[in-house]
Amino acid sequence: MPILTRWFLKAALVYLVLALCAGILLALPGETLISGLFPVYIHTLAFGWLTQLIFGVALWMFPKYSSAQPRGHEWLGWATFILLNIGLTLRVIFEPLHGISPSTFSSWMLVIAAVLQWLSGLAFVANTWTRVKEK
Amino acid sequence: MPRLSVYYIRASLVYLALGFTFGGLLLANKGVMFLPAIWAFLPIHIEFSFVGWMVQLAMGVAFWILPRFPVQPIRGDERLSWLAFFMMNLGIWFIVLQIATQVEWLTFIGRVLELLGVGLFAVGNWKRIKPLGS
Repeated sequence: MPILTRWFLKAALVYLVLALCAGILLALPGETLISGLFPVYIHTLAFGWLTQLIFGVALWMFPKYSSAQPRGHEWLGWATFILLNIGLTLRVIFEPLHGISPSTFSSWMLVIAAVLQWLSGLAFVANTWTRVKEK
Repeated sequence: MPRLSVYYIRASLVYLALGFTFGGLLLANKGVMFLPAIWAFLPIHIEFSFVGWMVQLAMGVAFWILPRFPVQPIRGDERLSWLAFFMMNLGIWFIVLQIATQVEWLTFIGRVLELLGVGLFAVGNWKRIKPLGS
């Protein structure tokens, strides 16, 4: 298993644990004080866990790009991982904070989180597209 | 990888890019509101990200790696899985069209098409879920 896949899968497991913790907080009796927690719960599950797991396994198992570069452009793979995890971490921190006490700083952190996550998706598509090919 | 899997997986990558684009716009708008009406696109973000990206990727990979039959056709009746591909994608776009036009029954048709697509895929690949070599 390539080293980048291991990073993806371990980060995915961390997000699964975080998602379930957010789920527990959301299930506490009474109205939760953290208004931005539900989208964090959904996105740590669907994006941090599931999508990141898919990214890691696809990088490992999809047909080779070439014999010299079996997993395509390594830097694009790492860029995907770093952008995704910084973007999602910013979201996990600042979406609930923005829900409790909005500020200019938290507003722009959400914009940066959005851009980083969007770029991670595009980087994955760019690096994977040519590996999806007929034998 | 068979041609149909290439279609499924590349389509799922297109939906991933679209789903992330809508998702990014929604999150950025939550931080700095530049277009309040963009919240109307939330169902499109969910449809592209869940059905278009995740479900379709799973179908494409399943069609590729499920055990094959020892004689032709090695992946069973491929016509069912091809039809499923077209129905899934038609279904997704019917749902998007409903959000754009507010014609309610388009979502109903879209969901029926998606159901038929998944049903055809299940029928077409049911017998491939078997022990290796049998």
